[in-house]
Amino acid sequence: MISLEHAYIVGGFFFAALALLSVLDRENAKRLRNGAFYALLALSFWAGHAIGDLGNGLLALGLVVIAVLGLGQGKPATTTQEERRASAERRGNLLFLPALIIPAVALAGTLIVQYTEWGPSLIASKDKTLVSLVLGVLIAIGVLMMWLRPPVLAPLQEGRRLMDSVGWAAILPQMLASLGAVFLAAGVGEQVGAIFTQYIPLDTRTVAVAAYCIGMALFTIIMGNAFAAFPVMTAAVGLPFVVLALGGDPARVCAIGMLAGFCGTLMTPMAANFNVVPANLLELPDRKAALNGVIRAQIPTAIPLLIANIVLMRLLAFPT
Amino acid sequence: MLVLLGIGVVVLGFVLRANPLLVVMAAALTTGLAAAWTPEAEFAIYLAAATDTLAAFGKAFNDSRYITLTWILLAAIGLLERAGLQERARITIATVKAATVGRLLWVYLIIRQGGAALGQTSLGGHAQMVRPLVAPMAEGAAEAKYGALPDRERFLIRSHAAAADNIGLFFGEDIFIAIASILLIKGFLETNGIIVEPLQLSVWAIPTAIAALGIHSFRLWMLDRALKRALPARSGVEATP
Repeated sequence: MISLEHAYIVGGFFFAALALLSVLDRENAKRLRNGAFYALLALSFWAGHAIGDLGNGLLALGLVVIAVLGLGQGKPATTTQEERRASAERRGNLLFLPALIIPAVALAGTLIVQYTEWGPSLIASKDKTLVSLVLGVLIAIGVLMMWLRPPVLAPLQEGRRLMDSVGWAAILPQMLASLGAVFLAAGVGEQVGAIFTQYIPLDTRTVAVAAYCIGMALFTIIMGNAFAAFPVMTAAVGLPFVVLALGGDPARVCAIGMLAGFCGTLMTPMAANFNVVPANLLELPDRKAALNGVIRAQIPTAIPLLIANIVLMRLLAFPT
Repeated sequence: MLVLLGIGVVVLGFVLRANPLLVVMAAALTTGLAAAWTPEAEFAIYLAAATDTLAAFGKAFNDSRYITLTWILLAAIGLLERAGLQERARITIATVKAATVGRLLWVYLIIRQGGAALGQTSLGGHAQMVRPLVAPMAEGAAEAKYGALPDRERFLIRSHAAAADNIGLFFGEDIFIAIASILLIKGFLETNGIIVEPLQLSVWAIPTAIAALGIHSFRLWMLDRALKRALPARSGVEATP
């Protein structure tokens, strides 16, 4: 039976290969830092269960230190612009097809485990989606290798090229999830919830849903990131009031709550890579303003959509 | 109330544009130390609080490794890019005979949202698609209709090109089961003792996705109308019956 542990071994190999290829890349002046960063991630995937909580904390701290020192951008051999254009002309829209393998396998695997007798003996049912996703990636790589016949190391080198361009941001979601756990243990959500309950009567579904969705958007505007707002607001209002006290379905409440946060992302200059970077790239004259052209173009969509999220959560999240 | 200092650290960090990883770690340690604060606490107590917090952080970090695992996707996406996937997307968009700015951005919105829903979040983006392709094409569509554009309208069109990218991405990606935000929700609920499947979460992103598409489609239709009102049609165009 394949479980998440096996998927982590695959992940460990991926990052270990990235570490090795990074160290060997003489084009990258910071190759040792990139190598150390990926090596720590490989260690996390291979041995995270064995090094203890403090060990994992120090590992995360190590990743932060390397990231703050600064990672470099490796230059693996890849195809040129002309070769890519020629390949795109030659292969046509067939190129889009392999991109569909990954979601298709992930979905098929999930459904097989859920609805067949034999599925759960193949894939551990608690990890079915993630294991299916990893299988989908491996199958897609296999198909592409047979179809395109690139050099043997190409998937790892192309993966390294893209990982280097993502850089330290690759581990930000995992770090924010961990920060959420620390906030949870310290009772940050309860404190924010206490502030909310002091001023807003959260005893009806409509008010609680509106407070949660608007809170998600406002907190996202302040923090610049719905991922950072989500654990705080959900622990403060979403879980205790909308779900536990008023009977909301946790999956539906959280899914729509996160999207209410995304409405906040559309309205804040704190979300620099979405709202400030494009203003710079497009050379907008007001790019340094708090509400630049991009944000002003987005607000009239964000506010009605936030209202739509409140209505949708109120209508859909209470099956009983 | 002191534990709220951690949130203050996050806000301050983003305002100062410090490295977000550093901000996250500093916020975690601040929260742990603030929880241990008493007027007469000694250094040893703070040291213990700091290591306890680091251990709690480490435990959560290890439990949420699956979020970072999904980056192995890049090996497959990189292979496709190597074979010209982005160039193919460009060729396909360029064949769209979009008569107006609004319609062109609407087609891009649908491609962006549909791609993100299938996990192809790198098919698009401000540096890869908006600046080199979408914004120039949208400006071109307006110029073909109205002649040289005044600055106000030119920058309005560019802003809308960036907005279409963001909105398509944000309200498409959560339909894909392995996107970071879905996994963050799963992890958060798990630490609270509630087990949900990513598929359950992504299904409930669909209603909002439809609402976003509807609202922004209307906005783009309004953009076309606003441009038509603000700009006189090219004289040559008006002369032909």
